[in-house]
Amino acid sequence: MTNEYIQQVLSDKFGTAVWGFEETFEIFSFNMKPEMNMLVLNFLYAEEGLAFQFMTDLTATHYPDRKDEELNIVYHLHNLVANKRIRVRASVPVAQPDIATATTLFSAANWMERETYDFYGVNFTGHPNLVRILNVDEMNYFPMRKEYPMEDPTRTDKDDEMFGRG
Amino acid sequence: MSDQHTQHIQLAEESIQKQTTTLNLGPTHPATHGIFENVLEIDGEKVLSATQNLGYIHRAFEKIAERRPYGQIQPLTDRLNYCSAPINNIGWQTTVEKLLGLKMPKRVDYLRVMLMEFARIADHLVCNSVVAVDTGALTPFTYVFQIRERIYEIYEAICGARLTTNIGRIGGFERNLTDDCWNKVHALMADLPKALKEFETLLNRNRIFMDRCIGAGPISAERALNYGFTGPNLRATGVDYDVRVHTPYCSYEDFDFEIPVGSKGDVYDRFMVRNDEMWQSYRIIQQAIEKIKDLDPSVYHADVPAYYLPEKKEVYTKMEALIYHFKIVMGEIDIKAGEVYHAVEGGNGELGFYLVSDGGRTPFRLHFRRPCFIYYQAYPEMIKDGLLSDAVIALSSLNVIAGELDA
Repeated sequence: MTNEYIQQVLSDKFGTAVWGFEETFEIFSFNMKPEMNMLVLNFLYAEEGLAFQFMTDLTATHYPDRKDEELNIVYHLHNLVANKRIRVRASVPVAQPDIATATTLFSAANWMERETYDFYGVNFTGHPNLVRILNVDEMNYFPMRKEYPMEDPTRTDKDDEMFGRG
Repeated sequence: MSDQHTQHIQLAEESIQKQTTTLNLGPTHPATHGIFENVLEIDGEKVLSATQNLGYIHRAFEKIAERRPYGQIQPLTDRLNYCSAPINNIGWQTTVEKLLGLKMPKRVDYLRVMLMEFARIADHLVCNSVVAVDTGALTPFTYVFQIRERIYEIYEAICGARLTTNIGRIGGFERNLTDDCWNKVHALMADLPKALKEFETLLNRNRIFMDRCIGAGPISAERALNYGFTGPNLRATGVDYDVRVHTPYCSYEDFDFEIPVGSKGDVYDRFMVRNDEMWQSYRIIQQAIEKIKDLDPSVYHADVPAYYLPEKKEVYTKMEALIYHFKIVMGEIDIKAGEVYHAVEGGNGELGFYLVSDGGRTPFRLHFRRPCFIYYQAYPEMIKDGLLSDAVIALSSLNVIAGELDA
């Protein structure tokens, strides 16, 4: 299974809803529209010749500078038979972070989505039990978002400005 | 007090009439081997359902990592699966090396392989002997902990620490292995087969142990894959997936070893897979020691001055070394922007590091794919309709490590 083949099959099926195909550090990755996420994942799962049936990882990243696509949800899938890994990303706006749950396809996604919700506030619609998992239930913010900087308030000497990166 | 604070002590209406018992297994029960809670609903001895609560030792490593230079993240990884900390350390090192495009000399790779396999043996010894403890056999546990102690002495001889090792550095090892350390390695390798054999003799064909373990907490290969199982727990169901073979790192492709698999995915299969893996690890270490013999014994790190701390005496005498020392210690090394996923075969399965770098002094995002966290979800399904005592050994045979679970 080559990267070109995967790109060809997906482009034929989904057209412009998938884009940005590239291989970085041995993993082929691409972006998809968030409203199409389960269509794409189901296709990747069921299509003969693709069969990405193992969910390695699901997480998110917060890019505060990307207007209306601040939260980037990242799926790592693996075809264990062909031993091929891919990474699929979908971006949602932080104001309306809705994306369909992958628990319908992968049981493994259950806690990974809860964790992503817990730390980033991504709302996985259709999730059976979307509650906090590692943080306390009373917490009313999403701590991994970039507006909550992790810093030592007493240190002023190690900011990027000092090293010409400001 | 608000409703929110009182609701957890109010009994539900139906709890008076109900016929089943609610049992809190954990968060600090000896049988959970870690701080996490299972609320079991039991009917006599039969488990009807389980609700898991976790996060008791969540330490926000992913958030802390966003503020730390790359070299200082390594001590955080110790505290994931603390039964096999060197694997986590080396996993992190190889992740950063992948991002930076550093190539390690063969001797560094082989030393890492040797160390990781010792860590795997230590991890599996703890898991397997604790399964035995939970079935009522305390003796094997006390026997194999002598071996684990000697593995810890090897860590100590390399890096000075035992449990949270912080062993090695990005770019190689912090110092070469001493003669004393090699003596410990050779002495342990001489005694290991006997100790493993002894452990096997006590348990593998022990009728009581077999009766307790066979058929307890089973899971099918399909369900295990769907649940994202990796490592010994997946292999016990019959799937021969091993990161060391599928995506080799640290020159694992140079080694000759087998992947033991089970068939039923029950406690006994998990026990046997881990047991056989220890023998395979022993084989790998033997090969690694043989391979290291032929290599230049003075090499213990890659020649990458921009990323690897220079020797102290050079720092004091050479301008260039002083500059590198300062830049590395202050976390000012040049890091490329990029998105990396790198996985190693940890004690419990695929330990992945998803690293997003924007070129800054710290990671933009670091996510740990912790195998425990992912496969522990399957626990209620595995123990449903089984006995309470099976639930306890199923938990210990999954080797759920609280540090890795919560990160």
